Amino acid sequence: MSQFVNTDLSAFHGVWVFCEQREGVMNQTSFELLSEGRKLADDLGVELCGVLLGSNVGNLARTLGGYGADKVYLCDDPKLSNYTTDAYTKVLCDLVVEKKPEIVLIGATNIGRDLGPRCAARLHTGLTADATHLDIDVAKYKEFLRSTSTMDVDSMKWDMNDKGLKMTRPAFGGHLMATIICPRFRPQMSTVRPGVMKCAEFDAARAEACVVEACPVQLTDADIKTKVLEVVKEAKAAVDLLGAEVIVAVGHGISKDVTKGLELAQKLADALGGGVLGASRAVVDEGWLSADHQVGQTGKTVRPHIYVALGISGAIQHKAGMQDSEYIIAVNSNAAAPIFEVADYGICGDLYQVVPMMLDALSSIER
Amino acid sequence: MILSEKHQMMRKLYRQFAETEFTPELLDHLEETGEFNWDMHYKMAKYGFMGVKIPVEYGGQGGDSLAYVMMVEEFARVSPVLSIYANTSNSLGAGPLLFCGTEEQKQKYVVPVAKGEKILAFALTEPGAGSDAGGTQTTAVEDGDFYILNGRKTFISGAPMADYCVVYAKTDPTQKGSRGISMFIVDMKLPGVSCGKPEHKMGIIGYPTSDVILENVRVHKSDLLGPLHKGFATAMKTLDGGRLGMSAQALGIAQGCLEESIKYAKERKQFGQPIAKFQAISFMIAEMATEIEAARQLIYSTAVRKDAGDPEASKLCAMCKYFAAEMCNRVAYKAVQIHGGYGYIKEYKVERFYRDARITSIYEGTTQVQQMVISSSLLK
Amino acid sequence: MKYIVCVKQVPDTSGKVAVKADGTMDRASMATIINPDDLNAVEAALSLKDANPDAKVVVVSMGPPPAAKMLRELLAMGADEAVLVSGREFGGSDTFATSQILAGAIHHMGIEEDDVIFCGRQAIDGDTAQVGPQIAEKLNIPQVSYAADIRKEGNTLTVKRMLEDGYMTIQVNTPCLVTCIKELNTPRYMTVKGILECDKKPYTVYDFNTLKDEPLIELDTIGLKGSPTNVYKSFSPPVKGAGQMVAADQASIHALFKGLADKHII
Repeated sequence: MSQFVNTDLSAFHGVWVFCEQREGVMNQTSFELLSEGRKLADDLGVELCGVLLGSNVGNLARTLGGYGADKVYLCDDPKLSNYTTDAYTKVLCDLVVEKKPEIVLIGATNIGRDLGPRCAARLHTGLTADATHLDIDVAKYKEFLRSTSTMDVDSMKWDMNDKGLKMTRPAFGGHLMATIICPRFRPQMSTVRPGVMKCAEFDAARAEACVVEACPVQLTDADIKTKVLEVVKEAKAAVDLLGAEVIVAVGHGISKDVTKGLELAQKLADALGGGVLGASRAVVDEGWLSADHQVGQTGKTVRPHIYVALGISGAIQHKAGMQDSEYIIAVNSNAAAPIFEVADYGICGDLYQVVPMMLDALSSIER
Repeated sequence: MILSEKHQMMRKLYRQFAETEFTPELLDHLEETGEFNWDMHYKMAKYGFMGVKIPVEYGGQGGDSLAYVMMVEEFARVSPVLSIYANTSNSLGAGPLLFCGTEEQKQKYVVPVAKGEKILAFALTEPGAGSDAGGTQTTAVEDGDFYILNGRKTFISGAPMADYCVVYAKTDPTQKGSRGISMFIVDMKLPGVSCGKPEHKMGIIGYPTSDVILENVRVHKSDLLGPLHKGFATAMKTLDGGRLGMSAQALGIAQGCLEESIKYAKERKQFGQPIAKFQAISFMIAEMATEIEAARQLIYSTAVRKDAGDPEASKLCAMCKYFAAEMCNRVAYKAVQIHGGYGYIKEYKVERFYRDARITSIYEGTTQVQQMVISSSLLK
Repeated sequence: MKYIVCVKQVPDTSGKVAVKADGTMDRASMATIINPDDLNAVEAALSLKDANPDAKVVVVSMGPPPAAKMLRELLAMGADEAVLVSGREFGGSDTFATSQILAGAIHHMGIEEDDVIFCGRQAIDGDTAQVGPQIAEKLNIPQVSYAADIRKEGNTLTVKRMLEDGYMTIQVNTPCLVTCIKELNTPRYMTVKGILECDKKPYTVYDFNTLKDEPLIELDTIGLKGSPTNVYKSFSPPVKGAGQMVAADQASIHALFKGLADKHII
């Protein structure tokens, strides 16, 4: 690394996205990151490059162009067929040392969170974990603060020429947001939370224009100290209430048409990104859902990211089990239902009409 | 009393264990079946809770009386019945053995009990005798190298699961009252030993209690515990430790009641506000908390003084048991009252606490017996 | 043979979280706990020690002096030795700086051929999952993250490494570093005996002077000033006010979900 002086900020150019594939299938997060990286590269007026590592994955390269990459560095080698920390770290770091990008983004997947820190430590630079928002432009960052914080943005001092990467992430379980910068070293690195960045429309013309540069891979068996014995795919086991990020719970309000009510709840749970069905005691007592769905005093105490209560009046014993949820959305036809006291958003209406509207809204939102 | 860092760590351990392991499912299961839960017994054994107060050289953890009462308190705060699982071995079970057993007896019986490999019950009460030892009708008659035991013990906690039982029997019928009584360690598998049907109890359901019937049971002389004819004096000493433990159980139950009541009073709304805002409720809570704290200080300081060999310990232990048990019943009453109709429903914890509280002023010496002990030591 | 476990004392974010007016965390007002994933790492080491009683379990933590209390609890659980890395110069370190210091501390105690280092996957205050892999890099040893099962035969570990959609089985030789997830095991409790004896076990503090000559530590990239990353701004998300009622019509519901999506809530 003799010529790699990573405090010489002016020597570094371009935005990179590490494009993760597993067994020849691109990870969706890579497209999200390319879409976001495109904006950053445009703000900086530089190239966006995808970095693709794997074995026989050349066919995937141009697709990356369709999501914004000007260029794809393709590192294709049988030793890269399965992810190993050692091989991927070496190849990616060697490439960074050679090409000197100013920004490297990696999806915060189980693989990205293994690779990112190892690379940052080797490259002697900072790494932000799990960013949910990225900015180059200070004006855009100020706009972002205006909409998400209570800070008095305009009375603060700003260096409007600052072109450093501002990486915002939640900390303390989302109780605090922090914007991280890496002012002294390059590249500026961040892992980015999957599912957060908006994925652009695939652009066939861009894909066509994308330059694919095959890069030589220098790896020996001695470089790789771990051995992958097998890779096993597993269908996700039924998620339990306690581990669920999203819970859609139903109450006695589904009594009008139980089958339909449960079906709507399940659809809503799916649309919210794979939620779990919860139930009030009444629903379990009636046998509409089994006891392991029950939330409340005699059921489970849950604290998901999103809790949707459908047709649940909100008896004290139910509220005791769910009121600490981060965001509570309640639907009930009785405007005086106690559930509305703990809800962040209350909708007074018939769940059989409201839930389809919610589904419709969700499907129309690009996420 | 200011707790040492070690005792604070112990409290944290007990609380973590109880809150994690005493799941609502387990508690409901105990209540429904009334059966002893061996999984929980072994889990407690794994962490040495059966021998918290038993010295390390006899397989225990080497804790003091304060370590023991805090364990019972914290366990009872979540589950009164499960607090008994780890109690007996530390008090009435191993107590007489540690107090007057031979080295051989301690190695043979205390070590496996401390590790939870064996269960030891304590059999003093009879249909016509308990705190009144003079009524003891179980007899032990010498026969060569053996004693032959006959009689019936009643309300023996843990008897159906017990491997051994410390039995009190009259060895000298010529002596009156509590004299002429001896202690024996009876292997429950000996011919002639049997258990009655487990009782259907009001509370502490899940720790079976039954009669122990002795019919011509041949107990070897090596299992005579302590001096011949002088067993009851030993029993009295052991009961001190037991009373301390049971007062800790009462304390834990009361604490559990208080916490449930506070939670409920903040959540439950009537007349447009949480019921905690009503003075009638808030004053009840103030009274509960104050009484609990008074009991706690009495119990903790007694534990320390007992270990220090305070000659007043017997009286103090009786005071703990008397005060804590009565306090516990008052607190449980108020807890149910605060809960209103919900407090009468089995799904609410206070319903069970209320039933469990009731035994605390009865077993291991009723409140009235404690008052006798206290007053007689003052008026002698 | 040593099993070194890196642990962190963290504020308990499961309860109420206090944020100061300037947007930073009010740590002083919050209860502290042992980082949950780190307990799984401790359990991994202790259970390997159960199978091989000659091994020594050493717990290491970087933090202010009150972290000593947590280390005593780990000794009461069964760890053999504890090391607290503590110094004002280390305060405010980011993950890069922290991993340097911890790697330096581990190097200082000496790492042998049959040693294994365990870390929790991530700490609940920062949720970065970076320190483990970065320690491994600094020590130049292999890592396996997201371990849900660990088997050890001789100096070879076979680890079930979780992915989002399945797992990999990975073989690695010691010395190596493994980061542990909660599925790996159920941490044991302390014991009363352990509590009574924890003071008798070796407990060492490494301060700045102990570690300043360690080759793995660059003095200009540690602490708040030296850390490669800095906090540019920090802020608390808008406080959850009283609930908002939304009309049960298509337009309002659409607006609601659009707003939620914009705030990354859904």
